[in-house]
Amino acid sequence: MANTLSAPVEGSRRELGIAMLRTMIRIRVLEEGIEKHFLAGDIPGFAHLSIGQEAVAAGTCTNLRTGDAIASTHRGHGHTLAKGTSMRAMVAELFARATGVCKGKGGSMHIADFSVGMLGANGVVAGGFGLVAGAALSAVQRKTDQVAVCFFGDGATNRGPFHENLNLCAIWNLPAIFVLENNRYASTTSTAETMKIVDVARRADGYGMASVIVDGFDAFAVYDAVGVAVQRARSGGGPTFVECKTFRARGHYIGDPERYRAKTEVEDVMNASDPIVRMQALLGDALAAAAFEALWNEARAEFADAVAFARSSPPPERTEAFFGAYSGDRDPGDPVHALESRERDRFMPFAPDVGSGSQGSGH
Amino acid sequence: MRTISFTEATLEAMREEMRRDPTVFLMGEDIAKQGGIFGQFKGLPQEFGLERVRDTPISEAALVGAGVGAALTGCRPVVDMHFADFITCAMDELVNQAAKLRYMFGEQCIVPMTLRAPDGITKSAGSQHSQALESWFVHTPGLEVVVPADAEDAKGLLKAAIRSDNPTLYFEHKSLFPQKGPVPEDDDFVVPLGKAKTMRDGRDVAIVTYGITVGRAIEAAKVLEADGIDATVINLRSLWPLDYDAIADAVARTHRVVVAHEAVRVGGVGAEIASFIGEHCFDDLDAPVLRLGAAHVPVPFAPGLQEAMYPKAPMIADAARRLVRREA
Repeated sequence: MANTLSAPVEGSRRELGIAMLRTMIRIRVLEEGIEKHFLAGDIPGFAHLSIGQEAVAAGTCTNLRTGDAIASTHRGHGHTLAKGTSMRAMVAELFARATGVCKGKGGSMHIADFSVGMLGANGVVAGGFGLVAGAALSAVQRKTDQVAVCFFGDGATNRGPFHENLNLCAIWNLPAIFVLENNRYASTTSTAETMKIVDVARRADGYGMASVIVDGFDAFAVYDAVGVAVQRARSGGGPTFVECKTFRARGHYIGDPERYRAKTEVEDVMNASDPIVRMQALLGDALAAAAFEALWNEARAEFADAVAFARSSPPPERTEAFFGAYSGDRDPGDPVHALESRERDRFMPFAPDVGSGSQGSGH
Repeated sequence: MRTISFTEATLEAMREEMRRDPTVFLMGEDIAKQGGIFGQFKGLPQEFGLERVRDTPISEAALVGAGVGAALTGCRPVVDMHFADFITCAMDELVNQAAKLRYMFGEQCIVPMTLRAPDGITKSAGSQHSQALESWFVHTPGLEVVVPADAEDAKGLLKAAIRSDNPTLYFEHKSLFPQKGPVPEDDDFVVPLGKAKTMRDGRDVAIVTYGITVGRAIEAAKVLEADGIDATVINLRSLWPLDYDAIADAVARTHRVVVAHEAVRVGGVGAEIASFIGEHCFDDLDAPVLRLGAAHVPVPFAPGLQEAMYPKAPMIADAARRLVRREA
């Protein structure tokens, strides 16, 4: 495992560290805020937190350009924010508002932002592998130097699409990077119970794919490993598997009673390895305490602004339920999809007044 | 108009669309070197190269998943499923990803992917290589489903599917590949999605059908003609969007309807059509709507068993006769 704890942090490396620290703090503040607002009933549906895993999102996405693609998981707030989606657009989406990045139709588990190359969180474990293989294939077909990154957990590597898509990307030498967040749990089951190997990166060997294992609490280590992978992919060198050893400091979902692990486990790991504390220590004297505090305050202000934006935004119009499944279905002149108005018309007089969900005022 | 085979019609569609749009590419098992198991891809690698006509591993989930990913990022992939039965290996990619991404991401993306799926009963292919699965996908919002009945449809619907910004399943019956028919030479000949075609206009009974069963219905109509019964045959061409207006018109003109398909009758597309007629055209009916489809069993291997379990021309003609004589 790469150990960067003793690496000198100065010059451009210092700027990089501060940038990644800022991203990690923004993710932490966002997710702690999501947790609070979910429990308060402001956020419908399910939400899954990546607290403890922030270094993977920050270290990976800091290597990427806007035009590069990522596919995320149901635990995707960090990836989305790190790829460049605004906190306002994210929080409004989670609050199910019309101003959300997916117009309030996706929510936490299905958030996407194509304007920054974020091809979506995914409600299906292993759902992102095909999308990333396809985005990487698309870059080859269109002759661009774009790369595509798949974030996934250890649990996803026990599904078929993981194996099919790694093999496909390897044989076609596609510009894909597979970033595993090995957070020790697949839902509520520990990885030790679901596979006989400790290092999942060994699975990449089976497909002839380059792999590397890094300390996933260390944003520099993730940044460096993914940087090598991105360079390899952009220059036609093919895909890479990056296993980040990390930890899920919250339950599988918000509200998970976590009966499957000792209460002390989270404390022990986070006391030793919290990626934010780790980065602060790495930066050491390079980052004054006041500057560190300022990063937290900025993030808290950004989140408060995002919540205010979401609260002041309307829920989607009730009629929105009936549009968007097909390209062309908003165009009454579309000779193909205008036919579907028959389906919509059937519901218009009967649509129940639940469009606003738990957000109070409706139409 | 010149006459070409269904296979040649699909090849022409592929060639024209690949020339027209450099983002169109094709991938599947046994297509580049072998030319497709029905010869439906012969010559394409020579013209377009192995990057645009890709042989793949036997990895249906990856093929459809990568098709979706490519479609999201600026390409128009055509993915060949080898046999329609193998779509089952890529159901998540099709149903949870392709069909839903545009809607649940608030219309940020389009998914212009075409899935070619050779289907249907032929030559004792048996239970796992003979199915007609279209009703599953008509039932899934976000997908388009087309089913060509002849060479003209084969070309026009494939071009429409490739040009569509929505994920489209193209179910091509294996027995249709060698069949010949007239096909326009025009590069821009496209069969519009959601529009049925009246193959034969009669006043006594309407046979509403699609795919290979259109030919069987026309055969039945010829037999009926000898009996003095004048049948309309409606070729639906696309099952979603579905041309409800054409169905309603046929009911209004004939007052008696047989709905027929090779897919299993129970829960089939015919059920949607019959219930639509019941809801919207009740006053136009002189007889109950009759539905014909395969028996609710897997497709058997033994030729005699296979031929016994799905509707062909005599069964369609018999159903039409029963409807007409009911009144007489």
